[in-house]
Amino acid sequence: MTLRTQLLAGAALAALAGQAFAEAHTMTGPNGETLAENQTFTYRVLDEFPSIDPGLIEDVEGSHIGRNLFEGLMGQDDKGDLVPAVATGYEVSDDGLTYTFTLRPEATWSNGDPVVAGDFVYAWQRAADPETASPYQWYMGLMNLANVEGVMDGSMDPSELGVEATDDQTLTVTLAEPLPYFAQMVTHTTTFPVLQSNVEEFGDDWTQPGNMIGNGAYVLSERVPQERLVMTKNENYWDAENVIIEQVTALIINDENQALTRYLAGELDQTDIPAGQFPRLEEEYPDQAVSVPNLCSYYYNVNVTDSGVEALQNVDVRRALNLAIDRDIIVDNVLAGGQRPAYTLTNWATAGFEVPSVPIAEMTQQERNAMAQELMAGAGYGTDGEPLTLEILYNTSESHQSVAVAIGQMWKQTLGIETTLANQEWQTFLEARGAKDYELARAGWCADYNEASSFLDIMQSDSGYNDSGFTNPDFDTLMFDARTAETPLPLYQEAEQIIATEVPILPIYHYATTFMLNDSIEGWPLENAQDNWYAKDLYRVAAE
Amino acid sequence: MFAYIVRRLAVAIPTLLILVVISFVLMFAAPGGPFNGERPLPPQVLANIEARYGLDQPYWKQMADYVWNVVVHFDFGPSFQYRDRTVTDIIVQGFPVTLTYGFWSFVVALVAGVSLGVAAAVRHNTWLDYLAVGISIGAQVLPNFVMAPILVLVFTLWLGWLPGGGWYGGQWEYVVLPVIALSTSYMASIARITRSSMLEVLNSGFIRTARAKGLPTWRIIWKHAMKPAFLPVLSYLGPAFVFMITGSVVIDLFFSTGGIGQFFVNSAFNRDYAVIMGITILVGALTILFNLVVDILYAWIDPKIRY
Repeated sequence: MTLRTQLLAGAALAALAGQAFAEAHTMTGPNGETLAENQTFTYRVLDEFPSIDPGLIEDVEGSHIGRNLFEGLMGQDDKGDLVPAVATGYEVSDDGLTYTFTLRPEATWSNGDPVVAGDFVYAWQRAADPETASPYQWYMGLMNLANVEGVMDGSMDPSELGVEATDDQTLTVTLAEPLPYFAQMVTHTTTFPVLQSNVEEFGDDWTQPGNMIGNGAYVLSERVPQERLVMTKNENYWDAENVIIEQVTALIINDENQALTRYLAGELDQTDIPAGQFPRLEEEYPDQAVSVPNLCSYYYNVNVTDSGVEALQNVDVRRALNLAIDRDIIVDNVLAGGQRPAYTLTNWATAGFEVPSVPIAEMTQQERNAMAQELMAGAGYGTDGEPLTLEILYNTSESHQSVAVAIGQMWKQTLGIETTLANQEWQTFLEARGAKDYELARAGWCADYNEASSFLDIMQSDSGYNDSGFTNPDFDTLMFDARTAETPLPLYQEAEQIIATEVPILPIYHYATTFMLNDSIEGWPLENAQDNWYAKDLYRVAAE
Repeated sequence: MFAYIVRRLAVAIPTLLILVVISFVLMFAAPGGPFNGERPLPPQVLANIEARYGLDQPYWKQMADYVWNVVVHFDFGPSFQYRDRTVTDIIVQGFPVTLTYGFWSFVVALVAGVSLGVAAAVRHNTWLDYLAVGISIGAQVLPNFVMAPILVLVFTLWLGWLPGGGWYGGQWEYVVLPVIALSTSYMASIARITRSSMLEVLNSGFIRTARAKGLPTWRIIWKHAMKPAFLPVLSYLGPAFVFMITGSVVIDLFFSTGGIGQFFVNSAFNRDYAVIMGITILVGALTILFNLVVDILYAWIDPKIRY
């Protein structure tokens, strides 16, 4: 009951505040544009956030909230490049093992307390501590902090983690081994500070409106589960004078077509475009339909272990299957949302990555089909050989089904291979794929940080996400060396070549995000391939 | 009568227990678990999380603990999916929402359905009858997942009269579309049941006698025909009322109402065991209660029924 009263009181306050804001604003935007009176931003999210506690956030939509309510050491600009945030900058020691971040003294929490280095130390220890049981604990391991393995499995005390506050404005981080992209990693929500006294005072309820103290440009003002989440400008934010949007509202709308209708009715400023509708909307609303690259890859796992079918253990069969997929048809006709054909696991838009010239990417589809037929004939399957039926497993979804149907058709026409489709509900699917109880399985992977290893690491022999059961010592060595290499790009490219030769996965396409964005909203980071947006960078211009 | 009610309520307890046991068995039989994501959690973290929620205990112990907590402490446990909320929070927040739109849907469906049904029966085989039957068949064949988007398209996008979703504490403009979308198919069923039972009653002897006495038609309908004709409708209304006030997945998802209807499906997909149990018990208890209410109303309407 108390929760409800609080929420209602919050709603009344927010409504009042909204009016006051509208009157206060007659300034101009960063490029001298006339700003609209209404400086609110309303966007759609698919589902209720499992958590908005930075240490526990595990989904993309939760991390959008995290980036507005909290601020990390470093941030990203509209291209995804690093910019100072709570830290004004950092220094790296010559051996690459020590990072020293200098914190800005003017950074404060929403209750007015200063943000100090100790807040980061607490947050990082908390995220790594097995007692917290964070679903993103592994991210701390990925950061390669000194002693992180021991802390994570509980054999060491969290205080032994390689992060300490030299003084209130200096945070010293010690790594177990050099990590060239470490600074990129502290833009992630798991590394954001939390206020120890706040977390300890309220326990699991500290993330409720009224309880939660953050250091971001916005504070949580209202949260109605499964309906909406409202954030209002944090007047105590160190850079509050440059924050233009006064109120950010996330509306939880499960059905994307419904969300689109409500967008068109003017209830939303941003919403995803349902599959297949991008071409139509782009034609009708050229100023609003947007397609941007997204650091995710879509591929099929091939079960190369004994639990799969014998034919798939033959590398020529895998190559033939890979060649016979006409990615252009899938991207242009089946999906039609600005995706790009994929011949590598690593997404083309990944920072510092250049797609290597794998042979398959250079050929025309006729050449690919001819080569595929030759390989398949050599292996003794298909049109002139032994009949072969393969099962494609995917989690229930219309778009996965369309892709699988198209690919099955291509294999049948080109290679004379039959396919059956098997769809499973998500949890059942994960269990089957993880247990390698499948032949071919749909998979998607999104980068956790903007670097090629975030993709390639999953194909290492001992990776928990290597659902193909692929083992290749050369690949593992390349990935190990890349961690400390001055310029890791050639190593990543070589690793991609191994994948292209051994074909433990069939890369299909690189994702794009397509969404409708109200044309009065400016400042959206359209070139940030991770789609990490900060509401403090947005503003609404007046209609001309 | 009193003894009957006590007896029925006593039977409700083992019924609910059987419901709990069956739900538990089905839940544990489903593959996966609440903490199995696309990235497998490190064993240490998984063990910690499972210990936190008591999932490391044997099944019988989990079930016994659960029943104990519910019966003794009235505590339905924490949600596994949302760490800052308990099952009680979810029900306290979501049930008033579905109760509101469900109750109004019930009123609309009952009033409109009975009116249509009576009108059709009284003017049997006239244009009014055909119209009423046409409307109720039309409403029946348009399921709410088709109704909802059509309503939003018309009233939100084209006419701009009503918001396309949200709840905002149940202000009337947010309640209208969910109520229309939810009530139509119930209205259709009520209309068809009313029509056929009213037709049957109107052809019976005592109505002919009433007519012969020269009573006005409205009086015959209200005073003599309504009560017996309403009995079949009543037995339909009990479960229908429970379904309506516990919400609908489609309504909750389409209109972002924040009601508990969506948890029927969501909690099962997420393997959020405690939420599945909490909602199952809530719906089970309400069903038992309203079946009892219907039986009592039966006795009140039909003097031939004695308990």
